Amino acid sequence: MTQAFRIDNGGLVNREKKLSFKFNGKTYFGCEGDTLASALLANGVHLVGRSFKYHRPRGFFGVGVDEPYAVVQLYRNGETEPNIKATEQELFEGLEAKSVNCWPSVNFDIGAINNFLKIFLPAGFYYKTFMWPKSFWYRIYEPFIRKAAGLGVASTKHDKERYEHKYEYCDLLIAGSGPSGLASAYAAAKNGAKIILAEDKPRFGGSLLTSDVNIGNQSGKDWAEGIIAELKTMPNVVVKNRSQIFGYYDHNMLVMSEKVSDHLPSTKKYHPNKRLWYIRAKEVLISSGSIERPIVFGNNDTPGVMLSSAAKEYLKVYGVLVGRKPLVFTNNDSGYETAIEFKKYGVNPIVLDTRKNPESEIIDEAKNLGIKIKNSYVVVAAKGYKKVKSADIASISEDKKQLGKIENIQCDCICVSGFWTPTIHLASQSGNKTKFKEEIDAFVPGQSKQNEITLGAANGVFSLDETLKTSFKAGSELSKKITKKNNEVAIPNVVEKKSSQHDKFWCVPLPKGKNYKRFLDFQNDVAVSDVEIALREGYRSIEHVKRYTTLGMATDQGKTSNLNGLQLVSEIENKIVPAVGHTTFRPPYTPVSIGAIVGREVGKHSKPTRKSPMHSWHEKNNAVFVDAGVWLRPRYYKRGNENLFEGSKREAKNVRTNVGVCDVTTLGKIDIKGPDAAELLNRVYTNAWLKLPVGKARYGVMLREDGIVMDDGTTTRISENHYHMTTTTAQAANVLSHLEYYLQLVWPELNVNVVSTTEQWAGAAIAGPKSRDLLQKLFPNSDVSNEGLPFMGYMEGDLFGVKARIFRISFSGELAYEVNVESDYGNFMWEKIIEVGKEFNIQPYGTEALSTLRIEMGHVAGSELDGRTIPFDNALEGLVSKKKDFIGKRSLQRSAFIAEDRQRIVGVVPLDKQTSIPEGSHLVKDDKAPLPNPKLGHISASCWSVEYDNPFSLAILKDGKNMIGQKLFAMSPLKNKVIPVEIVSSHYVDPKGERVRS
Amino acid sequence: MLYINCPHCGIRSQIEFSYGGDASVKRPELNKEVSDQEWDDFVYNRKSLRGKHLELWQHISGCRQWIKIERDTATHEIFRTFKADEEVA
Ligand SMILES: [Zn+2]
Repeated sequence: MTQAFRIDNGGLVNREKKLSFKFNGKTYFGCEGDTLASALLANGVHLVGRSFKYHRPRGFFGVGVDEPYAVVQLYRNGETEPNIKATEQELFEGLEAKSVNCWPSVNFDIGAINNFLKIFLPAGFYYKTFMWPKSFWYRIYEPFIRKAAGLGVASTKHDKERYEHKYEYCDLLIAGSGPSGLASAYAAAKNGAKIILAEDKPRFGGSLLTSDVNIGNQSGKDWAEGIIAELKTMPNVVVKNRSQIFGYYDHNMLVMSEKVSDHLPSTKKYHPNKRLWYIRAKEVLISSGSIERPIVFGNNDTPGVMLSSAAKEYLKVYGVLVGRKPLVFTNNDSGYETAIEFKKYGVNPIVLDTRKNPESEIIDEAKNLGIKIKNSYVVVAAKGYKKVKSADIASISEDKKQLGKIENIQCDCICVSGFWTPTIHLASQSGNKTKFKEEIDAFVPGQSKQNEITLGAANGVFSLDETLKTSFKAGSELSKKITKKNNEVAIPNVVEKKSSQHDKFWCVPLPKGKNYKRFLDFQNDVAVSDVEIALREGYRSIEHVKRYTTLGMATDQGKTSNLNGLQLVSEIENKIVPAVGHTTFRPPYTPVSIGAIVGREVGKHSKPTRKSPMHSWHEKNNAVFVDAGVWLRPRYYKRGNENLFEGSKREAKNVRTNVGVCDVTTLGKIDIKGPDAAELLNRVYTNAWLKLPVGKARYGVMLREDGIVMDDGTTTRISENHYHMTTTTAQAANVLSHLEYYLQLVWPELNVNVVSTTEQWAGAAIAGPKSRDLLQKLFPNSDVSNEGLPFMGYMEGDLFGVKARIFRISFSGELAYEVNVESDYGNFMWEKIIEVGKEFNIQPYGTEALSTLRIEMGHVAGSELDGRTIPFDNALEGLVSKKKDFIGKRSLQRSAFIAEDRQRIVGVVPLDKQTSIPEGSHLVKDDKAPLPNPKLGHISASCWSVEYDNPFSLAILKDGKNMIGQKLFAMSPLKNKVIPVEIVSSHYVDPKGERVRS
Repeated sequence: MLYINCPHCGIRSQIEFSYGGDASVKRPELNKEVSDQEWDDFVYNRKSLRGKHLELWQHISGCRQWIKIERDTATHEIFRTFKADEEVA
C-alpha cells in the first residue's frame, strides 16, 4: 500500500526508513519519525473510531495531547494497552493497533443505531433513563452500557514491563520546550542553575517546528535545534523529551511521566517502560503553550474536520497532506498560515473567514499566493458520513445571527481555527487563581500561588518577539536569585509576521429547519443542545452543568471543549465568561499508566522483605515460608510429602515430648538505658516494674491511652540501668514510636534512651522437656539448673566462644529458653543448637507449630490483641496494677470496660472432637435463629491440640467468664459450616503452668 | 507531597515523616484525679480545624524526633516547625 498522502519532500520524517504496521488488522507502511496518526493519514485513513455515546464515525482532530477521538488499543511485544492516543504514539516496526468503541467493526457497528435514536440520549440520560424500572438495571442497562462504553480493554495478564520512580531536585523546572521554554532554559543555564527541561513530544521546539519565523538569522526550527544541542552539553541541564509533566502538587513537587520505551518495538534490556519523576523544584517555569480552539458548526465531528494547526503540523513535521481539497474555516490569522503551507505544496485551499475585512501581513501573503478567501463566511455543516465530502457554507450577517443562502462546496477536509486557548492546567493545579483575558477570550494564570511563573502562549502571549524577551528575562532573573550569577545573554532578533485581531465568534447558528448536531465535547459526545437542555432544566453552576452533561469529563479533560462550553453557558445565561468561571483542573493533565504510578512496588516488592540470619539454613532444610509482617518466617519444615497440617503437628508434638528450636529473630527488640528506665517501664506497662531485680525478666502488657491492649512481651533487666524489651513482630515499630512519643513529648524529664535492636540480635527459642539438657550442653560452663537459671531468669553465657544472652522465658508453655547472639553469629548459633540437639531428637519448628503450642496453652497473641480488647478480655487483669498509674489506666474505668458481661477469652472444643473450627466463625446460641443471628463472640485462633489430639480454638466471648461448660454453635457462612461446640477454659493444657517452672 | 523542615535535619520530603495528631493536646498528669469529661477530651475529642493548626509529626525515617509543625490544613502551607521542647509563641 502506498502512502498516497505523503508529500515527496518536507517534514522531519525519514522517508528512507519504511516501517510496517497494522491497524484494525490491515497492514500499512509509514516512515521513521511518524506517529500512528500521521502514518494513517499518509495512507488516507481518516476513520479511526466511534464516538462514546452515539457511536458516530470519528477521525483525527488534533495532533498531540489535545486529540479527543483517535484513542486506540495498542498491541506491543505481546502486551496490550488501552487509551492510547494515536496522535502521541510513535510508529515502530510491527506496531499493531485497533479502534475502540466499535463492535463489531469501525466501518459497521451496532452502536451507530444510537445515532438514529439520539432523541432518547439527551443530556443527563444516564440519570434519567437508567433510574427505572429498577429491575432493568442488571438485565438490560448495565450489560448495554458495558458493551457500548469504554475506551478499550485493560489487559488481565501480569504486566511484564518494568516501571521506575526517580526523585530529583532542581533549581528550575521548565515545562515545555517551545520558544519560551528554550529561551528561559538557556538564560538560566548560562547562570549555572540546575535545570530540568521537559518536552512531552519526541521533538523539541514546540511551535517553532511549524511556524514561519526567523530568530537571529536562522529559521525558528534551526534556532531551537541549536539551543537544544548546546543545553545538552551543559552539565547543569537535564533535557528530557517524551516526558509529560502531568501534575503540580504541594510545595513545588511536580510529577513527570517519561515514556522511555513506548516508541520502540520492545523495551531494551534493563530499561523501564516508563519512568515517573518526582521533581522538587525551587522555581517552575510553565511554558506549556496553547491549544487551538474549534469553531462549533453542524456535524463538526465528521472525520476530516480537524484543527488547522494540526493540519499544518501533519504537513510541516510529518510531510502528510490531510486532504487535497482543504477548506480552512477561521476567525483569526492562524487559519491563513495553514492555508499558506498547503499552497506551498501545490494544494489549493479555500479560506472562509468569519471576519468582514481583516488585514495583516499574513493575510497579504495568502492573497499574494493567490489563495481563495471568502470573508464573512462560515461552514454551516460538514457533509459526508465517514469522511468529509463537501461543506454547506453561507455568508453570515455582521451581528453573526443571520445566515445567507446556503451553498455546497466540494472539499475533503475542513481545517478549523477558533483562536487559541492557553494551557493553564499546571498553573491552576498549583493553586494559581486564573483570570479571564478579554483580548483572547480565554483564561490565563493570575496571582502565583507557589513558586511558579507562566510564560509565552500559556500566558496568553502570542507574539514570538514578546515571548522571547520575557522568557530570556525570566530565566535570567530566576536563576540569578538562586545562583547569584549574572551572565548576560544577548536576546536575538525576531522576524515574524504581524497578525490582526481575531473575531470573537465561536459557534455557527443553525439554519432554519435543520438540527445538525454541533459538538462541544468530541470525546464525550456533548453537543450544544445538551448544554441547552441542562440549563433549561435548571443547572446553573458550571460544575453542575459539567457533571450533568459530562462536558469536559472525558480522558482529554476538555482540552478542546472547555472554553466553548463556557461561551455557550455565558451566552444563554447572559453572563460574561469570567462570571461563569471554569471548572477545576486536576492532575493528571494526560492519562498516566497505572504501571508508572505503581513503579517497582509490585507483588513482593510492595513491601521490603526481611529475612533472619538463619534464612538460608531454613531454605536448605525445606522450610515453607509465610509472610509475618515484612518478615519471611518458616511456617513448617516439610518432610517428604507432608502437608502443613501433618508437618506442624509433628513439630509441635516433638516440642511437647523432646525439644524443638524456633527462629524468633523477628521479635521486636528495644534497648532501654538510663537511670529512669524502670520508671518508664512502670508507666508504660500495666504491671509493676520498679522492683524487678537485675538478671530477671518480666512479662508485661502495654495499653494505648484508650485502654485497648497495644502489645505484650517480656522485658529483662540486663544491668542496673539497662533493660532489653521485646515486642511482638507486628508491633515493633509502633512500640518504639510510642516510647519515643512519651519520652520526647510527655515526660521529657525522664532520663532514658531507647533504640531498636531488632536487627542486632538473632534469636532462637529452645522449648520442650529436654531443653535444659540441651542448654547445659551448649553452655557447659554455665549453671542452667532450675536453681541457677530459674523461670524468668536471665544470664549471659559463652556459646562456643560467642557471647550469648540466655533468657528463661516460654511462649509454648513448655520448659523453654531463648538464646540471643549478635546477628552475625545467628547462623552459627542455630547450627550449633541443631548439631548438639541431635541426641535429644531436636527438630526445628515453624510458626504453625508455634501457634498450636501457644493456643492450647491459652497464651494470647495478635489475633486476640487485635486492637479491640482490654486486659480483662485476655484474662490479663491480674497484670493490671491497682496501685500505680500507667498509660491508658483511666480508660479502664469506662462503663463498657467494667460491664458485668464483658467479653473474655475462652477455649472452644467441637462436640464431635473432629471438626476444626474456621477462624473468624461467630459463636451463637441458636443456629436456627433468624438473621441477623445475635453474635456472642468470635473464634480468634484455631489449632489441632497435640496434647489431646482434637481441634481446639480460642474465642473472645461475651460474658465468657460465666460461659464455661455452655454449648453453643460456631457458624462460618464463608466456609458454610455450623459446628456444635462446648466452651472450656482457655488454658487447655497445663492450666497451672507447672511445666514452665519445672 | 509536603516538604518539611525538620528542626534537627533540615528540609526533607513528607515520606520520611509520620503524622501524630494535634500538638496542643496535653496529657493529664499521672496519678491525678481526672473527670470523665477531661479524660474523653484528652483521648477522643479533637477539632477538625480549617486553617492554621499546630500538629505533631515524627521524623520516623530520619532522626526519629517528634516535632511540631504549624500547618494550614486547607492549603498545606507550612509556616514554622519546632523541636519537641520548643515553646510555640
Ligand atoms: Zn529530623
